[in-house]
Amino acid sequence: MAAKRQRGVAGSLDSATTLDLLRTMWRIRRFEEHLARLHQRLLVHGLIHLSIGAEGVAAGVCRQLRDDDEIYSGHRAHGHVLAKGAPMDRVMAELMGRSAGLCQGLGGSMHVVDIEHGVMGATGVVGGNLPMAAGGALAAKIGRRDRVTVVFFGDGAVQTGYFHETVNLAALWELPLIFVCENNGMAEFTTRAEHTTVGSVCDVVAPYGFDREVLDGADVAAVHTAFGRFLALARSERRGPFLLECRTHRRRGHYEGDPLAARSALEDDEWAALDPIARLEASATENGWIDEQQARAITAEADAEVQRAVAFGRASDPLTPAAAAELVYAS
Amino acid sequence: MIETTYVKAINAALAHAMRADERVIVIGEDVAEGGPYLATEGLSEEFGRGRVRNTPISESAVAGIAVGAAQAGLRPVVEIMFIDFITLALDQLVNQAAKAHFMSGGQLAVPLVLRTQGGAGGRAGAQHSQSLEAWLTHIPGLKVVMPATAADAAGLLLSAIADPNPVVFVESKALYFRREPAPDPPEPLEIGRAHVLRRGRDVTIVALSRLVGEAMAAAERLAADGIEAEVIDPRTLLPLDLDPIADSVRRTGRAVVAHEAVRTGGFGAELAAELQAAAFDHLDAPIQRVGAPFMPVPLSPTLEDAYRPGAPEIEAAARRAVSWADREEPIPIREAASG
Repeated sequence: MAAKRQRGVAGSLDSATTLDLLRTMWRIRRFEEHLARLHQRLLVHGLIHLSIGAEGVAAGVCRQLRDDDEIYSGHRAHGHVLAKGAPMDRVMAELMGRSAGLCQGLGGSMHVVDIEHGVMGATGVVGGNLPMAAGGALAAKIGRRDRVTVVFFGDGAVQTGYFHETVNLAALWELPLIFVCENNGMAEFTTRAEHTTVGSVCDVVAPYGFDREVLDGADVAAVHTAFGRFLALARSERRGPFLLECRTHRRRGHYEGDPLAARSALEDDEWAALDPIARLEASATENGWIDEQQARAITAEADAEVQRAVAFGRASDPLTPAAAAELVYAS
Repeated sequence: MIETTYVKAINAALAHAMRADERVIVIGEDVAEGGPYLATEGLSEEFGRGRVRNTPISESAVAGIAVGAAQAGLRPVVEIMFIDFITLALDQLVNQAAKAHFMSGGQLAVPLVLRTQGGAGGRAGAQHSQSLEAWLTHIPGLKVVMPATAADAAGLLLSAIADPNPVVFVESKALYFRREPAPDPPEPLEIGRAHVLRRGRDVTIVALSRLVGEAMAAAERLAADGIEAEVIDPRTLLPLDLDPIADSVRRTGRAVVAHEAVRTGGFGAELAAELQAAAFDHLDAPIQRVGAPFMPVPLSPTLEDAYRPGAPEIEAAARRAVSWADREEPIPIREAASG
């Protein structure tokens, strides 16, 4: 089973793209693993939702985007933000609540913004990012720009009114918007089956008739290829929307410290077959694009970047209350 | 100056802003047809249906689209047909629009205007008649504007569209069709400036929206008895221009705060609290509050007319304040405090 999956993994990718995706996924993985430790040590604050297990979606999508393409994310945003190009040190400082953070320590894990890299925001309210992304796509359409907007959301957001209203409007107005659903089968603490009778998210949007695809989100090459096809159409024809439904797995609980994490935990052998990094690495090794030493170097590089990011964050103070008060209104 | 109406002045200001800046778009239910009060009449003909966009009945998503479009550089003017429906847009207003600039450490701005209208008197029942502006004044990051005249509506709307922050623009359906003067072309009026409509030495009446005109009518009747009322319209609730109001109350020693919204938890409570803190040593009477009773807006015309506060209630409150020292019996605490 695992061997069969692995054969397809690097499939359509060349070696340079494969190595870039591997590096990206390792950066996310190591960042988040370390984040869990920092959270226990109270160095990062708030509700931390990790995306371990879904790095393939972040990498396969965001590495194909330009800086001026906009992304909107949801609760589980770190991977999207890093893959889109936000500097890790300033993301880390943000999660640590420091003034050197991208949002000067005022946003945090669920609200990382980096407009220079098109990271327009995530949301603490599930589903709220969907219409905002449609607004970004509308601005591109009205301004006749070839910028594309991507919105990431979990399958839990599909049961919000926002989802249905936004899908209808995006289809009606043919917005250059790509919906990327990370369907991990869990909405907060309960399973998808307890929330809806509809099997797949693609089925939900079927009546609107736009292009959509369900795939294995741990198969990075599949994500890369399918998303690349949608992106090319959205970019060149300035139309949409599209839906990419990526079946993923939530390696950890809903958030760090989640008392119910064990419910959604996978057995180690189950996880090994679903780990997008292990699968792409095995495939790259098979193709002779990477050896064990190079693989170790990639993780060591990621670890070093994480350590530098933590040091960067620790060297920065929180904003003063007076400085924060200055940011309530734009002038 | 031309003679116009409140709703035509809004229409003219929208057209003016759209001509001056192609980033301005109008979005909402039926806006390309003009809407039920014709506030957006003619705009789709002049600017096209790309910039004047009809939407389905999806207030939540439409508000979110306006937020996202504003973050991406447009200047959307989104219409929520009745303020009663703003409940459906509150998540975007409160959780996203109001906080985006702050949460992003100043990277994002949300230059959107949400136009809506409220108020009773239309025999429209409890879900098309409310005055819900006080909710919005509790949210850091929003601005809340509530014009009482055609000239103010046009001028403040131009400033709201130019403002880099989300502005909720609360119109009054009861004021839409009265004939009034307004500058032509419309001129921007600074947000956050109160307007003193009438000078007087005996009592300060602070009134919002439709009750500004009612306060002026009350002042005329009071003047007939030698009571000179000062009438002030804050025009903007958030930010509130407190200084001229507090100065006035320090001079008159008496204040009435009046709005059509339900008195309990209404914006008058905030005004009264701020004024007692700013003018405590000068007050000769408890600050009197005028507002609707604590009930949903009733349909029956007799009941609705009785429900809506107006000049008689303001006049009575002013008389109560002015004669406070001469009262024969102590007024029960609750009644005194709530007017």
